[in-house]
Amino acid sequence: MQQDMVHKIKSNPKYHELVSKRSKFAWTMSVVMLVIYYAFILTIAFNKQFMATPLSSGSVTTIGIPIGIGVIISAFILTGIYIQRANAVFDKLNREIKEEVL
Amino acid sequence: MSFWKRVFPTLLLMLVAGSALAAGGDLGAVKKAEVNIPAIIMFLVFVAATLGITYWAAQRTKTAKDFYAAGGGITGFQNGLAIAGDYMSAASFLGISGLVFLNGYDGVIFSVGWLVGWPIIMFLIAEQLRNLGKYTYADVVSYRFERVPMRTLAATAALIVVVLYLIGQMVGAGKLIQVLFGLDYTYAVIIVGVLIIMYVTFGGMLATTWVQIIKAGLLLFGATIIAFGALYLASDGSMSPERLFAKAVEARKGDISIMGPGKLVNDPIEAISLGLALMFGTAGLPHILMRFFTVGNAIEARKSVFYATGWIGYFYILTFLMGFGAIVLLTGHPEFADPSAIGGIKGGQNMAAVNLAAAVGGNLLLGFISAVAFATILAVVSGLTLAGASAISHDLYANVFAHGNVDEQQEVRVSKIATVVLGIIAILLGIAFEKQNIAYLVALTFSVAASANFPILLMSIYYGKMTTRGALIGGWLGLISATVLVIVGPTVWKEILQLGDPLFGYKYPAFISMTIAFLGIWIGSMLDGSERAKREHEAFEAQDIRCQTGIGAEGASSH
Repeated sequence: MQQDMVHKIKSNPKYHELVSKRSKFAWTMSVVMLVIYYAFILTIAFNKQFMATPLSSGSVTTIGIPIGIGVIISAFILTGIYIQRANAVFDKLNREIKEEVL
Repeated sequence: MSFWKRVFPTLLLMLVAGSALAAGGDLGAVKKAEVNIPAIIMFLVFVAATLGITYWAAQRTKTAKDFYAAGGGITGFQNGLAIAGDYMSAASFLGISGLVFLNGYDGVIFSVGWLVGWPIIMFLIAEQLRNLGKYTYADVVSYRFERVPMRTLAATAALIVVVLYLIGQMVGAGKLIQVLFGLDYTYAVIIVGVLIIMYVTFGGMLATTWVQIIKAGLLLFGATIIAFGALYLASDGSMSPERLFAKAVEARKGDISIMGPGKLVNDPIEAISLGLALMFGTAGLPHILMRFFTVGNAIEARKSVFYATGWIGYFYILTFLMGFGAIVLLTGHPEFADPSAIGGIKGGQNMAAVNLAAAVGGNLLLGFISAVAFATILAVVSGLTLAGASAISHDLYANVFAHGNVDEQQEVRVSKIATVVLGIIAILLGIAFEKQNIAYLVALTFSVAASANFPILLMSIYYGKMTTRGALIGGWLGLISATVLVIVGPTVWKEILQLGDPLFGYKYPAFISMTIAFLGIWIGSMLDGSERAKREHEAFEAQDIRCQTGIGAEGASSH
């Protein structure tokens, strides 16, 4: 990349908006996924009894089953949320930056 | 091209004839199943279709970009399916459903760990990788650093992961085919090796991608039928999971413990370490990372992770249903019983899904799922072989030995030779490891990927102060510490080598080896005051702009 192009993009306020918005969002989402996953696996490590609690009295299905499937579904939902925001916000900013500098 | 046109049909004929002969000629040996005719027919149909695709792809594979990245013309949806096809190995299909069959809830812990790496890949790596790289993840980790040592590190780590992964797949393939098709182990391994050499050398990434897409479709279709068929039958037609679970507990003579976590995770440190390896190991698998260069731009790369996460997550939920369905429908049914095998069923716990297919849909579904299992291995092994061949030709040959001064056609030629060599190595490893205990391979592969490939990739994208020296120190330390700690850990030291108490108490060393890698990168970069380090700091700005905006990124090829 040419030095003058680097300079042009770097002095574009929209570029800074894109970088700060996207990295804040991406790292937040990563932390959310880590927290969900580690909450799951540490509950298993520390409190197996809780995961083995029946959903309602007399049922065989335990709390652990909707929780486990919930973690799987949450991973998919998080990727969906990211796509939604990336399409609506980041791609738009990126297009505007490209239009201005290229 | 004309040479290949002549050779291709001949090889095809030899292969079909060879597999028919091998299947028919060797009926008497112990432990092998009877020849399953529907399975063989469906498998031959799959092989014929994929070889047809390979022929089609070969016409379209001319440049290096075609060979490594399918010309960059795969859509996000297609790539999502192909990633799922690359990632849903026979090990996860048969292994996880087998684990659920044996231990109930514990099987879920692995599926969850293997899935949650995907959102992280989307948030932190996928678009950046696409914007910065061309064919391999080594393109990204050598972007602003010294080419020769960085490529050497990245390619070595990639090859180690590929070879370890290959051993597991080849041994699994041989055993599986032995059980399913009644084919001799050695023949099975050779057939897998020859087929993937054909897919990859002739059809490159385009053929590999379509083999993976077709396989993903077949596997998802087959698993859906088995899982919901089993749910229907096991719940007496009510489709109620509660009923399925109740009957599973009943089949286990009231053992309610299968409904909650058991012995798999006890120690919190082991839990954290297992989680790190499964989660971040995925983000360091070279054959998975390579798939992001097959799409046209960062937006499609992102989309492919969304679809892949959906398909893989759905598939893991199916394996869970299959495991419980197998408890109900296989336990106490003499036709599936084999008291001498693990789990008391024919072929052992890993054959739970296969036996279940027979219980749900008879010989036809059994044949279908056997063919799908074989297809699964072919798809995963092709992806691995292509990734390994690219590390050899694109990273080591073109960039390390030839210093970037190499004719594109020559590079592709080297890649094809590397594919043939890797295919032969895979066959030999498959034969050599037939009788070995390979249980440690998953821990080792994912720990190395999480401790060497992932840290240098993540830091080269995000850490502007990283220098070549820091990356080399951290990367090599991560690679070596992960390997050594697995060897002196419980699985290899105690169980395989039988040297007594392990020197290191945890099966998954990722919590230590990843820390070592990141600290090595950080400290090594901080203490690097060289002129080169200054240049590398300055180069980060331009890299970050390309990474963030995609300006200057590799486009799709025109045809």
